[in-house]
Amino acid sequence: MANTQSMCTSFMEELMLGEHQLGTASLTSRTSLTAPTTDTLKAALYLASATMNASATAYTAVNEVSGTGYAAGGVTVTNATAPNSTNASPTAGVAFFTPSASITYTTVTLSTAFDAVLLYNSTQSNKAISVHTFGSQTITAGTFTLTMPANTTSAALIRLATT
Amino acid sequence: MLVTTTRGEMDDSLLEKREGTVDNDNETTTWVEYWLEEELVHRSAHVRLKKTVTLTSSVASF
Repeated sequence: MANTQSMCTSFMEELMLGEHQLGTASLTSRTSLTAPTTDTLKAALYLASATMNASATAYTAVNEVSGTGYAAGGVTVTNATAPNSTNASPTAGVAFFTPSASITYTTVTLSTAFDAVLLYNSTQSNKAISVHTFGSQTITAGTFTLTMPANTTSAALIRLATT
Repeated sequence: MLVTTTRGEMDDSLLEKREGTVDNDNETTTWVEYWLEEELVHRSAHVRLKKTVTLTSSVASF
């Protein structure tokens, strides 16, 4: 088994249904009919022996890391930057989103190797957004930090592109 | 400098520090370990993700 970096397929469907609002919300929809509401995103870590990939539909505790200082479900993602979009041509463009701060697990001990993080929407029934992988890690009485890529058309953590 | 360890806060002068970096297409990762004799008492890691996940969209022609 292995984790695979990918956008979750169910997330794409849910985008069409208007079920996710990433970053600073600007549209009035769903939970409030009078004001925009921003969803709370969370990030959970998964063991290297897990099988997280595009087929993940929601957060699960199965094969999630566990250890001192780590709460099941992971940590809340700082989510203060609105998604953005840019047209590259009359037929092509990119919409993109990156969490506005690093994801940090402070003073944890995670003794079993992990190599993936699931980004998910805790406001919307913990629906999965994307899986990101990295080299296998363990943490001992320390801090694990995931620094986000630049929030640009080419490097953002999540991109929706037309070609 | 005090370091959080499995044995509580310890002065780093008492510990052996080991560091490393991994840089590839997917990530840049740095890690630091503190050892007390042969015992690992602290390990932190910092991963900078490089790869994006991208949904490429298309529309059908009539």
